[in-house]
Amino acid sequence: MEKQWEEMSSDEKQEALFARWISPEGVKFVSPEAERLYKERTTRIKDAVQLKKKPDRVPVLLIPSFAPAYYSGLTPYDVMYNSEKIVPTWKKFYMDFQPDGHGSCEVPSPGKFLEILDFKLYKWPGHGVSKETTYQCIEGEYMKADEYNLFIHNPLHFLNYIWPARVFGALEPLQTLPPLAGVTEMYGVAFSFIPYGTPPVQAAYKALLEAGSEAMKWIGAVGNFGKDMAEAGMPAYVAAPTKAPFDVIGDTLRGTKGVMMDIYRQPDKLLEAMEALTPMFIQMGAGAAKMFGNPLIFLPLHKGADGFLSDAQYKKFYWPSLKNVIMGLVNEGVVPFIWAEGGYNSRLDIIGDLPKGKVIWLFDQTDMAKAKKALNGIACVGGNMPMHLLTVGSTQDAIDHAKRLIDICGKDGGYIMANGAFFDKVKWDNLKAIVDTVKKYGVYK
Amino acid sequence: MAKDLVNTLADLKEQEAIKIVKDRLSAGEDPLKIMEDARKGMEIVGKRFSDSEYFIPDLVYSGEILKAVTELVKPKLTKAAESKKLGKVVFGTVAGDIHDIGKDIVVFMLDVNGFEVHDLGVDVPVQKFVDKIKETGASIVGLSGFLALAFDSMKETVEAIKAAGLRDKVKVMIGGGQMSDEIKNYTGADAYGKDAMAGVTLAKKWIGAQ
Repeated sequence: MEKQWEEMSSDEKQEALFARWISPEGVKFVSPEAERLYKERTTRIKDAVQLKKKPDRVPVLLIPSFAPAYYSGLTPYDVMYNSEKIVPTWKKFYMDFQPDGHGSCEVPSPGKFLEILDFKLYKWPGHGVSKETTYQCIEGEYMKADEYNLFIHNPLHFLNYIWPARVFGALEPLQTLPPLAGVTEMYGVAFSFIPYGTPPVQAAYKALLEAGSEAMKWIGAVGNFGKDMAEAGMPAYVAAPTKAPFDVIGDTLRGTKGVMMDIYRQPDKLLEAMEALTPMFIQMGAGAAKMFGNPLIFLPLHKGADGFLSDAQYKKFYWPSLKNVIMGLVNEGVVPFIWAEGGYNSRLDIIGDLPKGKVIWLFDQTDMAKAKKALNGIACVGGNMPMHLLTVGSTQDAIDHAKRLIDICGKDGGYIMANGAFFDKVKWDNLKAIVDTVKKYGVYK
Repeated sequence: MAKDLVNTLADLKEQEAIKIVKDRLSAGEDPLKIMEDARKGMEIVGKRFSDSEYFIPDLVYSGEILKAVTELVKPKLTKAAESKKLGKVVFGTVAGDIHDIGKDIVVFMLDVNGFEVHDLGVDVPVQKFVDKIKETGASIVGLSGFLALAFDSMKETVEAIKAAGLRDKVKVMIGGGQMSDEIKNYTGADAYGKDAMAGVTLAKKWIGAQ
């Protein structure tokens, strides 16, 4: 009899998730060639991750922001306000460039949905920034400095009712709703529901229903992308994202300045809040990996980059909770696909404290020779194709850099070629040249 | 009584620094002297940042402490602090980009290092930079940007400065997220600064100060 999930070791869980990814259920390949490509690509990435044997060649991934839209001559606005345009545009991008995986097509959130809810956390094309530019975050103290106790005592209530009331204008009335934990007996049960009878709360729920319909329309337009791509031979390189607890607080709850003040003024509360967030963000990743049958979970890192924190601050405030999230995921068979945005040179001695063959570390502006040395035999590394080579460099410079990266990091496997940061408008020839170079030069003999 | 405000601030001891300021004010000390000590403390903070002893949280926190000190001292100031400015800088995040955290830190560090900074904010149209340079006669321009889409906005801004006949009157620095020396060359700027203190060092070099 097959082992139950709970009885499996983390190695067995990882193997089981990889097996589901490599042989996906319900996928009917369009041709034997597509099936061959799909299996080669997933196996290639698996081998690069596990460090047990060299893959057939270096895997190459492209991680775009709105690049597929620009590539088709569309603006970010065009795809955010017409979901029907997303799938053909994203398909064309991945099919033309033929990297070893796709990053799904969910970069363009539907604009109308955002308008219905009056989303305040971002400005987006045609709504605060020009139609030709990407969406951008508006940082703020969406959780106040004196609200840590409120958050720590009931993080789910805070994230379900209080935080949305602040970042979605249409959901402001939700902050008046009580936690339903008070409903334990028949007596007084209706008290907790009185706020639901008020016109503002009812209007908020009406907005939620409308937003839900818009989200449904959007997923109706884009929902089959992953299956179509798999059937055409290209796997999704990640199932879904999760985040580092420090970034959840620094990006979305307290803001950069807020979290930096908390390091000084209320360090213990900050640590407690990150501890409260940790199980949620493990579950977010582990649940998605199991649901989609794909072990790779994206973990983009923001505020632990070089310069953002001292080594001592990183070791105390950033790494422990991140490591807990990583290990929580690894224990569930997940392969955290960690993307260290910015520089990570000063963190290389710290981040290798992980079991072998369990994660991918993708870098942006980090010295790759040093990264490879620090993580050699521990983790697959990747990334670092610099933005200037994609946007303003010559094609030859891009090719030379790709070869150099393969020489430095690719030697014994454990390396994935990828861009260092999300990209929008780039030189398409350079992009194509990088992918093609890896396919020729990155073959393991 | 006269505890060392310079070092207390430089060591980022918020409560102690505030207490010293309060004590010195109630002892009737010249508020300008207190502000001068605070400025010296900030100079040490900047130096420690350059030496990689301090990092962004420490800079941001020092800014908060300085703000608290200034708020205490300001009502007692009978005349504005007549500090001679080193030079004028026009600063902003370029068109299409609304990121301000990095820009604000550089503007703050230029300010505490004695520059008169005209901060144009974010998503600044090309013409606004040109107009402000003309209006102020600034000799230094700082272009900030986080997105790769800012590369072109920076290039266009530098070109507009040139078209207005101002290019040989100003030095232009760029900084932020994906900026680099290669992007500096692409935009036609004079230098790329990797962090706030690099910006201050460039500005000081350009106006010939130490």
